[in-house]
Amino acid sequence: MAEELVYKKPRLLTDKDFHFCPGCSHGTIHKVIAEVIDQMGMENSSIGITPVGCSVLAYNYIDIDWVQAAHGRACAVATGIKRLNPSKLVFTYQGDGDLAAIGTGETIHAANRGDNIVVIYVNNAVYGMTGGQMAPTTLLGMKTVTTPNGRDAKLHGYPFKVGEMISQLEGVCYFTRQSVHTAAGVRRARKALRRAFELSMEGRGLSFVEFVGTCSSGWKMSAVEANKWLDENMLPFYPLSAE
Amino acid sequence: MSDIRLMKGNEAVAHAAVRCGCDGYFGYPITPQSEVLETLMELRPWESTGMVVLQAESEIGAINMIYGAACTGKMVMTSSSSPGISLMGEGFSYIAGAELPCVVVNVARGGPGLGTIQPGQSDYFLATKAGGHGDFNMIVLAPNSVQEMYNFVFDAFELAFKYRNPVMILSDGVIGQMMERVELSEPLPRRTDGQIVEQMRSWAVTGKPVGAQRNIVTSVQLDPIVQENVNHRLQAKYKVIREKEVRYEAIGCEDADHILVAYGCSARISHKAMELARDAGHKVGLFRPVTLFPFPYEQLDSVCKRAKGFLSVELSAGQMIEDVRLAVGCRARVEHFGRMGGVIHSPNEVWQALQEKLLNR
Amino acid sequence: MKTMQEEMIIAGFGGQGVLSMGKILAYSGMMQGYNVSWMPAYGPEQRGGTANVTVVVSERPVSSPIVQEYDTAIILNQQSMDKFEPMVKPGGILIYDTNGITRHPSRSDIAIYTIDATAEAATRGLSRMFNMMILGGYLAVKPIVTLDSAIKGLAKSLPERLHRTLPDNEKAMRLGGELIRKA
Repeated sequence: MAEELVYKKPRLLTDKDFHFCPGCSHGTIHKVIAEVIDQMGMENSSIGITPVGCSVLAYNYIDIDWVQAAHGRACAVATGIKRLNPSKLVFTYQGDGDLAAIGTGETIHAANRGDNIVVIYVNNAVYGMTGGQMAPTTLLGMKTVTTPNGRDAKLHGYPFKVGEMISQLEGVCYFTRQSVHTAAGVRRARKALRRAFELSMEGRGLSFVEFVGTCSSGWKMSAVEANKWLDENMLPFYPLSAE
Repeated sequence: MSDIRLMKGNEAVAHAAVRCGCDGYFGYPITPQSEVLETLMELRPWESTGMVVLQAESEIGAINMIYGAACTGKMVMTSSSSPGISLMGEGFSYIAGAELPCVVVNVARGGPGLGTIQPGQSDYFLATKAGGHGDFNMIVLAPNSVQEMYNFVFDAFELAFKYRNPVMILSDGVIGQMMERVELSEPLPRRTDGQIVEQMRSWAVTGKPVGAQRNIVTSVQLDPIVQENVNHRLQAKYKVIREKEVRYEAIGCEDADHILVAYGCSARISHKAMELARDAGHKVGLFRPVTLFPFPYEQLDSVCKRAKGFLSVELSAGQMIEDVRLAVGCRARVEHFGRMGGVIHSPNEVWQALQEKLLNR
Repeated sequence: MKTMQEEMIIAGFGGQGVLSMGKILAYSGMMQGYNVSWMPAYGPEQRGGTANVTVVVSERPVSSPIVQEYDTAIILNQQSMDKFEPMVKPGGILIYDTNGITRHPSRSDIAIYTIDATAEAATRGLSRMFNMMILGGYLAVKPIVTLDSAIKGLAKSLPERLHRTLPDNEKAMRLGGELIRKA
């Protein structure tokens, strides 16, 4: 029987083993990025910026040019690159701590200036790399190592819907919220990311692509449990964009 | 044809940026250096050379824009004053760690804290010893005239690319705000993107050619042995810089019994104090470090070999004096004089201090 | 051999054109081939606050742009009179506009000149050019640069859109030279 190849690793994913935990969304999101860049033929004109956090080493996995930024500063770094290299596809890849806590200022101002960059924002409501501390996006009542009794609004404030806020700014041409915890979600995410990249290259302004993701280690769950928890708890608060 | 103007030091920096072929400036307003950004916006170089000028949301934003743009092999610079420079410290460390070329102008004011908007030289330690976390050095040039504010932008870019290292032009509110005659040189063209790829593709992030090796600009190495090797490489580079890039000016030092050591505005003020001392019959010289890193340790010692007393004159509580002491050791008396907090010492005050601290002892 | 070197301060309120006077002198000195420096007391002082500028015009390279003793002080308000009268070198010159001055200078070891520039300029419809009147007066007393150079310096430091005011400014400068008198 002839072998029928139904799936292969995207060309722009390197052979390096992911350091991500089983069940983590980052690997899937990386794969989607690699696929879209390849499909668009942008391998030689893409520059990605990695944050501080679990995805700091994204440059090990996607075979394009990369810059590693200081914590929270990815959008400013992207502005510097894009302003001087307008023909390049410039995108940041940031977690919720990097983008929505320490880097809020840089993010909002890049958005407000309408810099032609794409911000890929992974919101899993927890700090993964430093060991499961509260993020700005941690849900009320959610337990983390710095909210052992659950997040209390009186003490910690409210979960931050940064995407909704960013989308109000004049300089933002596209805001979408996606997830990759189902096959259908991955297909939608691929389309959304491609649209963001295209708008950026058309010079339309800043595109903000949010992924609601899982952190099985930070959430202290199995991969399957994490996907279920995302469905039941994250998505009601962070609803996905309509197709 | 020479182009001679009367302008402020800050304005000269802006003109130099446009004329040296700089690709981009990112900055945030702060007194006493805001004229750099204002002049650039007035000159509109994006219409002539294609240079990008952007007012950032903060000094943190500005230095990270510099970091990003420098990653792509472009000639980029920023300017600020002391409190803003503190904010940029994290960026300096990343830029040095990732070995990127860039130019930073610090038109210093008195501190600490918000301090004063008046001139200061209390950022010497920051510039030469502790610009941020980790073992790194910036090359530091200290102009003492409007012409040097202009010239040093060219020199700083040359050094920045030669060593792939951040270069700070450490100026002060006097040199930034004063007007003098300045001769502007013929504009140099900006590098083309093709030239940048040709000259800098070995490290710069310019878009990975299909099938070629990707470039990654980073300052993180999770394996400590690898990170230690990065440090060894940096230290080897700094050693070469110490050997090859020392610059200084010595006026009347050969036969001098006493030496005023000063940089920036204090060198100008001390020059007049030296004239007052010489008028009074004292053999006094002026030694001006032009590079603060690398500091001219050996040159200070050997050029001023007859001197038995050194007065480090700085608008600070005494920072450069530590390097003066390292240079001459115990063989001579080393004293400090300087006003602080934005007060500028006059030539007379320096002359008085020289008498009290060295001549009359 | 004594070479020409003029270390001067011009001091008054912000908005009186103190910095411009200094700039014109620096420009004209430079055009006559002298070394010059212009150092303002900078800061948030705008219209109404105090303003001053130190100008050095010299045959030799200017060592310090910061000086504490002046060959000439041009004084346009009382605060500046109180502060800078003691800082004029013995044998130096102090020029002041009598307008708003309640305590007149008292030193006998310097040459003191007055000019009623504010009042005279107002009666001649040249109010905004009273500072040029003082500058003209100063150059009559101490011609470190020629009036022609000063007029060229003025043209250099004025934005193009104000060049239509050049004839009136020149008139004010010449008038100042006639009106200045020894106190």
